[in-house]
Amino acid sequence: MEKDIVNIGKSVVIKGELNGSEDLTIEGHVEGTIQLKEHVLTIGPNGRIKAQVFAKAVIVLGEVTGNVTASDKVDIRDNGSVEGDIVAPRVAIAEGAHFRGSVDMQRKGVAPQPQAAKPAQAQAPAAVVPQPQAQQAPVQAPGAPQRVGA
Amino acid sequence: MFATKALRKFLTCLTSRDAPVLLDLGPVVGTNVSFFGEQFGCKIFIEDVFADLNRHVREGRLDALPEFLRKRFPQPGGSVDGILCWDLIDYLNRPAAQELANELSRVLRPDGALLGFFGTAQPRDMHYTKFVIVDDVNLKHRPYPAAQGRQAILLNRDIIKLFPNLRVSDSFLLQNNLREILFRKPA
Repeated sequence: MEKDIVNIGKSVVIKGELNGSEDLTIEGHVEGTIQLKEHVLTIGPNGRIKAQVFAKAVIVLGEVTGNVTASDKVDIRDNGSVEGDIVAPRVAIAEGAHFRGSVDMQRKGVAPQPQAAKPAQAQAPAAVVPQPQAQQAPVQAPGAPQRVGA
Repeated sequence: MFATKALRKFLTCLTSRDAPVLLDLGPVVGTNVSFFGEQFGCKIFIEDVFADLNRHVREGRLDALPEFLRKRFPQPGGSVDGILCWDLIDYLNRPAAQELANELSRVLRPDGALLGFFGTAQPRDMHYTKFVIVDDVNLKHRPYPAAQGRQAILLNRDIIKLFPNLRVSDSFLLQNNLREILFRKPA
């Protein structure tokens, strides 16, 4: 069965509270509060959000200013931008994304309410040598010969 | 890719706390957020001071940077368990570096840890470095454009003087000439 996805177009401006029970994609401007219990909110590349966001999952390709709480995942894609605090058990932030704020990946389930991998394997390591007097005030001029082991 | 000795010790400091609070002064790196958030249950504050520095350089307002840094961090005193300073201080002039060091010392809780990297040579190229955590003993470098290169290279004693309220817990000189220094705030 095809899943319904509602779009808010580029020219649409919404101020106030936005509630829904289906997945939603926003390409326009929204200010206020967005609540999508058990559904996915996608902020499209043209979407501009100034709102507190609560959803099951949030995918950001546009701009979000405000706190984002998700019970499943927040995914900030390349060129996506979030300025605010994120609370979600899983958070993915792409290389070209912008983020300023805090991330709280609390492990307990987070209800979408107003208050609510390990990286790649290593190659061979470079040699590392402690400086003398490592425990207290190590002093070595940067230009001094280095004693670097094998 | 290069090995890191200090990161594991830094992580040990973090894991002694429940839900540790981490302050990351670099640009956001998704894998680092996952590393600290998923594996260590950290609450992570991303405060990209490199971006602040770039903006001040572009706007020709470097003189205002120390004052900016003095008011930059909203975190209450003693509220942060760990700070990833990376190699930020290498790029700051002395007054800005001192203001930053004062603020970091303020927000760090007693027994908290600060990890800093310091170069030992003046590179010619203008870039910052994203440090991507591979695992607890390996990091990857990812250079990206900078508005300003490294400033004068600091001697160890100058670094220590920047943080009079912290003590050096561990210090490592890596083969790539990077110094890793782990500071602790006395309990």
